[in-house]
Amino acid sequence: MIGLQILVDGFAISALYALGAMGFTLIFGVSGVLNLTHGALMVMAAVAAWAASALFGLGSYAGAAIGVLCGLAGALVTYFAVVAPIERSKAIPREEKEIFVLTGTLLWGIMIQELVAYFFTDNPKTVLPIVEGVVEIAGVRTPKNELFTAVICWVVIALLWLFVNRARAGKVLLAASMNPRGVTLLGHDMARIYVAVWAIYGLLAGIAGVLLGMFLGVSSYSVGPLTASAFSIVVLGGLGSVTGSLIAAYVVGYLETATAYLISPAYRVIPALLLLVAVMYLRPQGLLGRR
Amino acid sequence: MKLLTTPGFWIAILAVLAAATLPWWVSGYILGLLTIAYYFGVFAMAWDLLFGFAGEVNFGPTFLIGLGAYGAGILNNRYELPIPYCLAAGTLLAVVGGIALALPALKVRGPYFGLITLVAVLLLQNMIVVFSDLTGGEIGLTVPDVISIDTDTNYWLALGFMAVSGLILTAIARSPAGLILQAAGQDPVVTGALGFNVAKHKLAAFAVSAAFSGLAGGLVVFYMGTASVGTLINTAVGVQVIIAAVLGGRRTIVGAALGAVFLIAAGEVLRPLGGLSTFVVSAVALLVILFVPSGLLGLASFRSAR
Repeated sequence: MIGLQILVDGFAISALYALGAMGFTLIFGVSGVLNLTHGALMVMAAVAAWAASALFGLGSYAGAAIGVLCGLAGALVTYFAVVAPIERSKAIPREEKEIFVLTGTLLWGIMIQELVAYFFTDNPKTVLPIVEGVVEIAGVRTPKNELFTAVICWVVIALLWLFVNRARAGKVLLAASMNPRGVTLLGHDMARIYVAVWAIYGLLAGIAGVLLGMFLGVSSYSVGPLTASAFSIVVLGGLGSVTGSLIAAYVVGYLETATAYLISPAYRVIPALLLLVAVMYLRPQGLLGRR
Repeated sequence: MKLLTTPGFWIAILAVLAAATLPWWVSGYILGLLTIAYYFGVFAMAWDLLFGFAGEVNFGPTFLIGLGAYGAGILNNRYELPIPYCLAAGTLLAVVGGIALALPALKVRGPYFGLITLVAVLLLQNMIVVFSDLTGGEIGLTVPDVISIDTDTNYWLALGFMAVSGLILTAIARSPAGLILQAAGQDPVVTGALGFNVAKHKLAAFAVSAAFSGLAGGLVVFYMGTASVGTLINTAVGVQVIIAAVLGGRRTIVGAALGAVFLIAAGEVLRPLGGLSTFVVSAVALLVILFVPSGLLGLASFRSAR
């Protein structure tokens, strides 16, 4: 019984983790940027959806759309205002760009977090779910919203997979992550590819944020843990490997859910953190990473 | 000692002497703020040794600080050992933690190592909550002893501690070993090929950084009389340390201390803004990173070098 419960609950939360981490790993794969604004963008999208539907009474569909657009806009601003200037800067030595991007996006994330807390308080907010009610799955009472979350996550992940592997524009992104110079030689402008990747990332982070807001609720305090969880899932799976992140998201999601149900919710994150440390010591490139 | 002949050294001595006269000028409230700022400065300087010189992105300065603080605090709280022994034990614990943190740094670099340091903080935070009967959990740990209840004494102690730490760390950073460390941070392969033992220097850097972080963490506990996750270990505290060091100017040691004082002063000046003060401080730090990447002190030394 409790096993089934873990199976069902873990599936939805893992799908959400996977979606959140997917964009994060995509950006790293293509442009080598670790975006520590991630959690802040997700929270911003969720709070925008909440504000639009609960404060301004626009309904849950419009609210969700506004949230996702907010994620998109936030990601593009992050790229143009923080990441691109650092990468273009002549005052920063090349080998230190990575550290500066990390610090810069971290600061920008804190700024978003503080603005959200200032205008909408730091109370937890739950976005009005699009579907309501519960269903029984193999004897486990499951909110329909949880199913909805899992389905949307998987649909988006499948669309992303189709885009990257089948569409022409997507194949260019894939190629750019393998060999930027080769792609440039073929006449593709890397600057435009970066913008496209950040836009896709923004949509993914926005969708993940809104779904998280409907499923578990968010507050400005979620920013740090969200970034940390995406970061650890992506590193666990192997930086830049989309399949690896998918597997890692499920490992972490199920490990956390099982710990919460079987031991105590207070210990929820500890086994996942220990696993991460162990993987770092034994296989530093992550599960499916290539170095 | 080449250090003694640089103008920067004498400016620093004058600044410390001037700061030492502050108890006769300003109120106890400001002294209290500065006391915390000085300990914070040591956190930032110890972090700069790892980041600026060894080239390691340590997202978990608070892991080392927390080990020192809680190691010292628990001994005092449980067994009522005298403060110096507690501080020594806390520092030792932090050094052990620092070396444990350094082992993966020898294998993995950049973002991978950054994540390990982040995980170390999260684990420590969780452990403190799990073993709450020993650590006081989320409420915090209270220690029966404090160094002094006199504001001036505490202030001078913090100032002296920061000055001595700054001197030692600067001396290490500018010594031949510091140069090797810097080389190893920029290109470990070439440094190794030149015949220097990269692993040994990195381990030493972590141990030194951990010792100062841990000792400062322990001193903060005996200054405030309490230790809690929110004031010493939270990732938000770690981010403040990082901002201080980057703001002041990385790879300068002293700049990190200036950045810490600036940060705490700015937080106080911006207090009327309420919830927006952190926003403004972060925005200033971001602008510094974007437009003056070498930091406030870097800007000054660049000007004088011309």
